[in-house]
Amino acid sequence: MAAKLKGWKDLPMGGVVPGGATPELNKTGSWRAERPIWNEEKCIQCLQCWLHCPDDSIMIKEQKMTGMDYDHCKGCGVCAGICPVDAIDMVPEGSAACARR
Amino acid sequence: MANIKTLAKKQEQQVRLSSGHSLCAGCAEPMVVRTVLNSIDDPVVVANATGCLEVATSRYPGTAWNVPWIHSAFENAAATIAGVEAAYKGLLRAGKLERKVRFVAFAGDGGTYDIGLQALSGALERGHDFLYVCINNEAYMNTGVQRSSATPRCASATTSPVGDAIPGKPQDRKDLTEIVVAHHIPYVAQASVSNLIDLSNKVERAMAYDGPKFLNVLTTCPLGWRTRKDTSIPMAKLAVETRYWPLYEVVEGVYKINYKPKKHVPVEEWLKQQGRFRHLFKSPEGKSSLEEFQASVDENWERLLKKEQCLSGADAAQ
Repeated sequence: MAAKLKGWKDLPMGGVVPGGATPELNKTGSWRAERPIWNEEKCIQCLQCWLHCPDDSIMIKEQKMTGMDYDHCKGCGVCAGICPVDAIDMVPEGSAACARR
Repeated sequence: MANIKTLAKKQEQQVRLSSGHSLCAGCAEPMVVRTVLNSIDDPVVVANATGCLEVATSRYPGTAWNVPWIHSAFENAAATIAGVEAAYKGLLRAGKLERKVRFVAFAGDGGTYDIGLQALSGALERGHDFLYVCINNEAYMNTGVQRSSATPRCASATTSPVGDAIPGKPQDRKDLTEIVVAHHIPYVAQASVSNLIDLSNKVERAMAYDGPKFLNVLTTCPLGWRTRKDTSIPMAKLAVETRYWPLYEVVEGVYKINYKPKKHVPVEEWLKQQGRFRHLFKSPEGKSSLEEFQASVDENWERLLKKEQCLSGADAAQ
């Protein structure tokens, strides 16, 4: 690590993180071995995948799913398992099926 | 009554627990936390006992929380939130604060059943206005799957390993929900991560009360239960369907079972899919252990049915 770490005098008192959540600091998408692919035509917008996603990686707007956050999705496959219409497929990372994304 | 759209709407206003945490892939804890926090309209202050949730969501200098959040030690999440609530009441009395704030404590089963029990009991007895959520994954998963008093019998954990001496944990789990009921607080309930709308409704009903509220939520741990990471929800669902984990609530002393499975599903169906019970299906002694397990599940269920019958709203009105 090139940058010098901050000392205790430079850190906020009590180790507080002042600005709230910092998802940009930890891109957990690199953990992923399998990638969920969303099939928009099949999707019935029931939001079950959103409700059960451990990593808040189902993006929604006005209570409709708009896509996946691959920066944070860990590829657990809970969404594909819970989907009532099989609109999410899990494909191995690096395979041809996920090349288009 | 909550539904998925209202929860989504709430989250679009404010993401209270964000992504970027380091909980395992397939961990059910964030689903519980998000659903609980999305079910509360007012601003929330959260205290979090040591455990997976606390460690993985607050890796310095980052955090996954968008609400005021305090880390406390294993044993004192309830005491911490009680102190915050008392300070808030003081500020209200002094006229220095006006808006309504709600208080939530999250702790695992280790921080609730074992180490934090006295702090929890004290806070319940003093009657602070807070919601305590036990995220129960049935062992000390954060430190490497040591048995807790929430671990079910026969489960293999690193401190109750299967071997010649014992066939997994020899004791039954402690019935913490009933211990909390014995404090005669306004609202106590058991929920499961497989029934998140039920959980959300329970939070809404709980928050209508002033005073201590308690939720015990069964939460799948793919690592400790040794299940596939994509089966977190079906596993929790099976625990409910086999009557191992009944969904019920005790509102002002009145029992209500929220879901009664129509079919009798043997608990074996749930156990055989988990690595921590694999030994039960390999040896002849395992068969009798399974029978004992089933008998204990049936006994608990019958006891609960009787309680519902004896302490139901209808009887209370008489």
